Amino acid sequence: MGDTRTVLLVEDEPNIIEAVRFILTRGGFHVATHSDGADAAEAVRVRRPDLVILDVMLPNRSGFDILEDLRGGDDPAAVPILMLTARGQTREREMALRLGATQFMTKPFSNAEMLEAVRALCAAPQGDAP
Amino acid sequence: MARGDGPAARENGAGARIRARRLALGLKQVETARAAGISASYLNLIERGRRPIGGKLLSDVAAALGVPPAELREGPGRRIVGALARAATLLGPRPAADPASADEMAGRYPGWAGLIAAQDDRIAELERTVAALSDRLGHDPVLSASVHNVLSSVTAIRSTAGILAGDETLDAQWLARFHRNLHEDSRKLADTAQALAAYLTAGEAAQADAIAPQEVAELWLARHDAGETAPEPEGAAGWILRRQLARRAEDARALPDATLAALIARHGPDPFAVAAGAGCALDLAMRRLGTLPEAALGAPVGLVVCDAAGALTYRRAAPGFEIPRFGAACALWPVFEALHGGPRPVARRLRQGGREQRPLRAWAVAVQAQPDGFDRPGTAEATMLVVPEDLLSGRDAPRAAPVEIGSTCRLCAVARCAARREPSVLAPDGVLTAGETAV
Repeated sequence: MGDTRTVLLVEDEPNIIEAVRFILTRGGFHVATHSDGADAAEAVRVRRPDLVILDVMLPNRSGFDILEDLRGGDDPAAVPILMLTARGQTREREMALRLGATQFMTKPFSNAEMLEAVRALCAAPQGDAP
Repeated sequence: MARGDGPAARENGAGARIRARRLALGLKQVETARAAGISASYLNLIERGRRPIGGKLLSDVAAALGVPPAELREGPGRRIVGALARAATLLGPRPAADPASADEMAGRYPGWAGLIAAQDDRIAELERTVAALSDRLGHDPVLSASVHNVLSSVTAIRSTAGILAGDETLDAQWLARFHRNLHEDSRKLADTAQALAAYLTAGEAAQADAIAPQEVAELWLARHDAGETAPEPEGAAGWILRRQLARRAEDARALPDATLAALIARHGPDPFAVAAGAGCALDLAMRRLGTLPEAALGAPVGLVVCDAAGALTYRRAAPGFEIPRFGAACALWPVFEALHGGPRPVARRLRQGGREQRPLRAWAVAVQAQPDGFDRPGTAEATMLVVPEDLLSGRDAPRAAPVEIGSTCRLCAVARCAARREPSVLAPDGVLTAGETAV
């Protein structure tokens, strides 16, 4: 396996997907995307990405439920998760962190912010890997 | 004034208030004592709470200090002191006001203290309003969906524009794609913004002239009865109006105008007499009398019809008898007494607190039915006719004292009422019990 890191972007706005994918690809990451909340947790398990970028508002299933599902699995701390929300309320931030999100980012974000966060998160948890 | 006097001042009451007032006026103990006809050392003992003060001496000292004796005797109300103490701590540790010195403050500057207390009440009220409004905003699904859409579009635009504005050159295909996305998102954003603005202004408009379908129907009927012509309303208001017109026609067939006029000429607008004379049901007689044009009786009479839930399905006010436009009516109305009391009619003498205060005569009767058989809930309808007493002949004038009724609790100032369900906006403080206004 090469050292290209895989990021799974779980988001349903096509133009956000396109822009983020472009930025991260240009930044040296491999970007996979998934748009449906219902089977997003399953997609994470199958693809085993190095980082999940998870939107809170998804069709069919809330990002919080997906987060809870992922953190309640066999390997709860394995993958870092960056939560995206369209509302910067403290309540949402607190809930995301309580449920085990690694980091929290409010929309709209700048491209530099996004790239920096993804780089930091992909670098950090390497020692944890099995 | 020494701060050390604070706690002592609270215990000593009148003495502390005398001292505070004297110092506020810049008077020496000697001067005040002389004016009150006592020695300076005796005044000093009084001020320190070592000697009681009351009666004539208190009046003399009060006169010397230019305040009513009661102010020295009782001090500012507990309420004001409590409000001051609360106001001192309301904004956290920042202001240097000592809550313990609240009654000293209230004693020295009663006017300012009253103002602070009133402001404190106002702040508490505004805080409740803000909390209620932000709660409403937080739970408004349209608003929350719009905000989400705006932020999604803005996120896509910001990110895409960031890529386009970046210094790296993009190939033509990417460039075209991002331009198209930008165009799409900006249009989406414009649509959302427009919808949001429309939603917000629609809310304003709806509030400005909120008028219920029932009210539209009633307005149409009132104009119709006054001889005006207007196009019939559509929708829910039209449905209500058609039902009422159909019922009027049916009632008029059962008790024709000529018969009714003859009975009124003989008995006046007494529904028992009319029903007996025409051999018809009491509620029908009431409806006929209650929907007559004003000219037929020389003055308007009131008519109220309610369903089993107590909802008013027909409302016609009369001078001295007001009916609320919103919310539930006064629970003391005979129409509700009839609704809950079975088929026996109710006759009452009433007076409704309000501008006109004319004694009224009211009759009410309920009619129950089982249109869907005995296995289903039945219907009930109560009807009440309200006639100003001076329209009735004095011969059978009732002797009972009138029952004090209201229109609706919020607009009713009746002081003691077992049926009250909320405080009145008209009520002087005394109407509410002490517990409701105390700190």
